[in-house]
Amino acid sequence: MEKFQTITAVAAPLEVANCDTDRIIPARFLKARRSEGYGKNLFRDVRYDRDGNPLPDFPLNKPAYKDAKILVADVNFACGSSREAAVYALHDAGFRAVIAPSYGDIFFNNCFKNGVLPIVLPADQVAAIRTALAEQPGSTLTVDLENQTVTRGNDVWSFEVDPQRKECLLEGLDDINLTLQHRDAMGSFEQQYQADRPWMGSPA
Amino acid sequence: MTPPLPATRQPRTIIDKIWDAHVITEQNGETLLYVDRHLLHDGSFHAFDALKAEGRKVARPAQAIAMPDHYVPTTGRRFGIPVADYRNLVDGLVANTAEAGITHFGMDDPRQGIVHIVGPEQGFTQPGIVLVCGDSHTSTHGAMGAFAFGIGASEVKHVLATQSIWQRRPKTMRIDVTGTLPQGLGGKDIILAIIGQITAAGASGHAVEYAGPAIRALSMEGRLTVCNMSIEAGARAGLIAPDDTTFEYLAGRPYAPKGKYWDAALAHWRSLPTDDGAQYARTVTVDVSNIAPMLTWGTSPEDALPIDGRVPDPATLDDPVRRESKTKALEYMGLKPGTPLSEIEVDRVFIGSCTNGRIEDLRAAAAVARGRKAKVPALVVAGSGLIKAQAEAEGLDRVFIEAGFEWREPGCSMCVGMNGDTMSAGMRSASTSNRNFEGRQGKGARTHLMSPSMAAAAAVTGHFTDFRRLDQA
Repeated sequence: MEKFQTITAVAAPLEVANCDTDRIIPARFLKARRSEGYGKNLFRDVRYDRDGNPLPDFPLNKPAYKDAKILVADVNFACGSSREAAVYALHDAGFRAVIAPSYGDIFFNNCFKNGVLPIVLPADQVAAIRTALAEQPGSTLTVDLENQTVTRGNDVWSFEVDPQRKECLLEGLDDINLTLQHRDAMGSFEQQYQADRPWMGSPA
Repeated sequence: MTPPLPATRQPRTIIDKIWDAHVITEQNGETLLYVDRHLLHDGSFHAFDALKAEGRKVARPAQAIAMPDHYVPTTGRRFGIPVADYRNLVDGLVANTAEAGITHFGMDDPRQGIVHIVGPEQGFTQPGIVLVCGDSHTSTHGAMGAFAFGIGASEVKHVLATQSIWQRRPKTMRIDVTGTLPQGLGGKDIILAIIGQITAAGASGHAVEYAGPAIRALSMEGRLTVCNMSIEAGARAGLIAPDDTTFEYLAGRPYAPKGKYWDAALAHWRSLPTDDGAQYARTVTVDVSNIAPMLTWGTSPEDALPIDGRVPDPATLDDPVRRESKTKALEYMGLKPGTPLSEIEVDRVFIGSCTNGRIEDLRAAAAVARGRKAKVPALVVAGSGLIKAQAEAEGLDRVFIEAGFEWREPGCSMCVGMNGDTMSAGMRSASTSNRNFEGRQGKGARTHLMSPSMAAAAAVTGHFTDFRRLDQA
């Protein structure tokens, strides 16, 4: 996984509550292999018309946001299906961070596995950021994971992040390697567990 | 002052009890949790691809079972899968599981079906276990008293490689469902009423325990339906304490413990329910004594109302963002505020999915279809091969066919449409599935969620109808 570094980039506001992962990437595109790339199908059905022409009203189609790397979304962003392809699509389209008041739990976890930082800020702060971005389309935000801040001009917002996830993201670490460091704990756990629950090993 | 109880004697919720029993180690506020059981389906290819690319092996193949469900065709199976892309994914699961030594129920195996139907049906799902699957509706299995949750592809890879998962302890929430559910209503009406009340983000970050008399009175099938849609309220997991309903359902199923193992397991399962006085981060009460059959009008499961309601007017909402999003939802759904829900006409009916593809669901739909004729195309898709066989043994297939419904092979089908079972833009469905998101059942397709009885009533009248008043309709 690539390391997450401090970014200063164009941020795009997306005013949709409960934006589900079916909307981020529709089911019919999920059969593609990871190596084929998912970026072109990000928000496919709300971003393009029937003939594949970009819809001018959709924020990401506006020229000001064409280099956006940060998405500022609304409550319960990426709820619904567990499809990790929703993160693949954002990542492959260039997004490295999302800011929202809350997320679908599984999407939130999936982000950390793919080098995308999901930031939680209070709803009123996120709304203020979206308004500011909409007033100045194409303006930038700075996301600093090390110091856990989002900066816009003189405004600075602090966010929380789990220390372990932060470290994995900053270092680009694979969590399987991290887990395998706990082989001994796993071994003794399984031994005790099987002794306590002999029925779990009973044959089908 | 009474000294506090020792840590192990503190009253605990069922969620805490299962969690505590599965902790391998803790680090930086994260817990490495042991995974008892893992379900795999034909969308698991990302995880297997990555596992292979990293040169890793599956750690505990005996603790997983696999079956194709998302991409399988629901007709003409003896001809194989005509679409190469789908065939490759279904064949890929065969190859990946064979290589790893994981039990696989193939398309020609009568046990094949939707993972969330088959897990409980096989007794693979049991009380007190941690169960995961790369599908958000894994919350279903909580109905049997398991801590079960959906995970992403990278996490599937992690579980395959290590039989464990890193998790943050969820906050706990109890939803007390009080009152006596009106006759003929079921799990789907309860869960739609709950989400309608608490919203689609109402349980975010929580594991939910459903409790109360209306939950205890539900059959196993009804409970599975309730827990299935926990994710639609934003919950990581939903669960119901196991009781005699659970144990009777489990007894004798292929993966359930037998003989002396059964007795030992039962003693453990009986210790799982939440202790008196245990604390939850949040408690909500939903009274279901006066609800009517529920259905959705918009593009989020929270847009749920009783059948005697009318399409709401977003103009009455104070929050401008919410007003705009509900206005857009009505635009997408092609509906006008104030329209009685019972006057909305449908083009398609889908009865099936991991929410409502169980035998009890098919019986409820057949009871409505019996002796009547479908006015619009209606699809019935059993949740598993065994359910299909049982329905046929009970003559339900004949009831559906005589009423002009299609009787199909098991799979996810038109819930998500990945196998090609979709409808075209602008069409409106009455669906027993779990998501009414934009484009869920096909690009531009409009989905209304409801119970099997309600979907069957829509099929035979051509519009949303309170199935209890069919004789007057």
